[in-house]
Amino acid sequence: MNEGQQTLLDFMRQESGKLASQTLTHIGLTFISLLIAIAIGLPLGILIAHKRKLSGGVLGIAGVFQTIPSIALLGFLIPVLGIGAKPAIFALLLYALLPIIRNTYTGITGVDATIKEAARGMGMSYSQILFKVELPLAMPVILAGIRTATVINVGVATLASLIAAGGLGEFIFGGISLNNTNMILAGAIPAALLAIVFDFLLSKVQNINFKKVRTGIKVMPVVLLVLACFYFIPSAYAGKLIAGFTPEFMGRRDGDLGLRDKYRLKIHTVVISDAVMYKAAYEKHLDVISGYSTDGRLRAFGLVVLQDDKNIFPPYYAAPIVSAEALKKFPQLESTLDILAGKIDDSTMTSLNYKVDYLHQSPQKVAMDFLVAKGLYKEPRNGNGGTVRIGSKIFGEQYILAEMYAMLIKGYTDYDVSTKTGLGGTQICFGALKNNQIDVYPEYTGTGLLVMLQVKPQMLDSLVLDKDKVYNYVRQEFKTKYDIQWLKPIGFNNTYALMMRRSEAKNLNIKTISDLKRYLEKK
Amino acid sequence: MIEVENLSKHFGKVRAVDGISFEVKEGENLILLGTSGCGKTTTLKMINRLIEPTKGKIIVNGKNVTEQQPEELRRSMGYVLQNTGLFPHYTVAENIAIVPQLLKWDKKRIADRTIELMDKLHLDHKYLNVFPEQLSGGQQQRVGLARALMADPPVLLMDEPFGALDPVTRFNIRKEFIELDELKRKTIIMVTHDVQEAFELGDRICLMDNGKIMQAGTPAELLFKPSGSFVRGFLKEQRLQLEFKAVKLNDIWDLLPSIKTRSSKEAIHCNCTVWETLEIITSGKENAVAATNPVNGETKTITFTQLMSTFYQYQNSEAV
Repeated sequence: MNEGQQTLLDFMRQESGKLASQTLTHIGLTFISLLIAIAIGLPLGILIAHKRKLSGGVLGIAGVFQTIPSIALLGFLIPVLGIGAKPAIFALLLYALLPIIRNTYTGITGVDATIKEAARGMGMSYSQILFKVELPLAMPVILAGIRTATVINVGVATLASLIAAGGLGEFIFGGISLNNTNMILAGAIPAALLAIVFDFLLSKVQNINFKKVRTGIKVMPVVLLVLACFYFIPSAYAGKLIAGFTPEFMGRRDGDLGLRDKYRLKIHTVVISDAVMYKAAYEKHLDVISGYSTDGRLRAFGLVVLQDDKNIFPPYYAAPIVSAEALKKFPQLESTLDILAGKIDDSTMTSLNYKVDYLHQSPQKVAMDFLVAKGLYKEPRNGNGGTVRIGSKIFGEQYILAEMYAMLIKGYTDYDVSTKTGLGGTQICFGALKNNQIDVYPEYTGTGLLVMLQVKPQMLDSLVLDKDKVYNYVRQEFKTKYDIQWLKPIGFNNTYALMMRRSEAKNLNIKTISDLKRYLEKK
Repeated sequence: MIEVENLSKHFGKVRAVDGISFEVKEGENLILLGTSGCGKTTTLKMINRLIEPTKGKIIVNGKNVTEQQPEELRRSMGYVLQNTGLFPHYTVAENIAIVPQLLKWDKKRIADRTIELMDKLHLDHKYLNVFPEQLSGGQQQRVGLARALMADPPVLLMDEPFGALDPVTRFNIRKEFIELDELKRKTIIMVTHDVQEAFELGDRICLMDNGKIMQAGTPAELLFKPSGSFVRGFLKEQRLQLEFKAVKLNDIWDLLPSIKTRSSKEAIHCNCTVWETLEIITSGKENAVAATNPVNGETKTITFTQLMSTFYQYQNSEAV
């Protein structure tokens, strides 16, 4: 380990306050949603166990909820429930429903018919049969369902951090974005431990005998309530404006840290996923967001970039980075990739992104249209001189660039291409390149400078204003450190930016980040 | 005590029970006998309204059952199931106490009654706090019977109560059942497919087939005056044994030679069946038994040979 790097324990000690509060938030989120899921799922399971005709429909719908990808579900919920705790709890609740309903149903229908008949024959009423016979006998199965739901919820609750609901996911996603393994582990290990501990405790509850289950049933709601109380629904938002920043932005020197440092900006901030952030700003759940200056959604959602009047955001010029090995293996690769050099400026990139992100055209079509319009497109040669593996991060711009490179390589060389798009965050993409799982992907100079090379602040100050200096610096360092080659920049600067809704910025007369700061400090 | 009038139950197009009528007098044991699917269990379950009849009327103790709360009705009738239906999550004591709990008896009364029944049914007190799965099949069935008898209901419905037991256990429990004083006062309707059991336990038997009653009568009536070929055919197997069980000393009293007995000998009652008398004779050393007829105060000593020849005479006279 380098001397500059801290150990995991150091990190956890340093962040212990936040770690504890996020763990409690995590437990709270898990159990609030679990409690509501039980409150809904148990009666529903009982209902369909007695009215079997309904069972297909109810289990079917609960099953469909289960299959919706979690991040998509969170996205759907923003227009209805906004961001923060409400949609997170609601989404978790939907995921917990199926195991609870299904196991209640299975448990009750599984009770021996003779025993139910005996209970009726004895003169027990329906509710007596339910509470004295069916539920106690079905309890081990129902508890198994609750156990499954708990473990699912502990896992899915990590995603709550993507919509500003907090939890251990803030460490995990922050860590992935920032290439900080300690941070990832500081979130992932407690989350895994929580899952194991809850699973273990519930297995104990499940195995105690019938007699004790009866008292257990009475104790459990109390325990669940207490655990649920760990989550304090974030108090009414203090301050005038709310900012939503991505986990990556939160931890970066050219992000939230810089804003605090250089601008002394104090704004109520929540952590939110890039995927839902723009929409949340558009829906007025957020006022200020961290975004990318070429993002197509800027145009789509009527947002305006605030001027960085103190230059805290370093230049993010995009350029393909290629492993030296690949350059050797594919001699024509460099010249082919350079075809795009200097061809796309900021506004061109924004409108290309707009087509993909907002008009929902396929990245492939957008890439092809652009190349054809510029007269760069050539029909594929269908050669067989080896396969170039192109990677991309998981957003539109990267998909478009990856498609363009694929078309250029197929058209200008005899190489074949395989694309591995959507490789999560910077760390995943860069890791894939380092480990020779891809040959090339588009990267940004600022990211290389701050995330991969992690330059010291004083070094940053000497470089920051000059885009060529930054490019030369990362080019040099990547070559010596990783044996990876930066090719010529494509032209546009997709830098970090703070943005606001155009109308609000106009009303409040905010044009620069300093304006924002002055507005916030006004009483 | 129980009157069933023109009772029917249709499941879709299937007529499980098809317009049957019968009557059970107070203190009588009525056996619903028949093969699987003949409608006997459906009939039984209509009496405590576990199944609602399609048509017809059931009057218990002068009240129409459909006019009563089903739960109240069921609490006033003991119900014994073939597979016991004991609650696996309740101890033996708790299982027995289910109905009194529903009737809100106080604890002391429940505990006393439980002990009383445990003793009567030859269940060791150490079983009070164990769960049913730890008991043998015979013990479980005794607990099931105790549960049904607990609130001392006047009516007892039994659905193949000995059906799940092995032959030896079955034989023993049946014997205890006959001797149990609690049962002697009760009006019992019992379902079985076992002809021997029906003849041993029943005061009267309803032989059912295809949802209809083929014949209702005393065991002797069924044997010696069958209503038709179905009844005759049904009772064909082990007929001799059935006849021994159906005929009582009373029936053949006049045919028995009147030999004065030595007073030292303990006499049996003349309402014993021939079967029971044979069992006593063959188990004793003396090859003979004394029987008294309380009606005329007569006592006769009966030997094996005499009993057999008298029975043979009776058989011939009845079979005509």
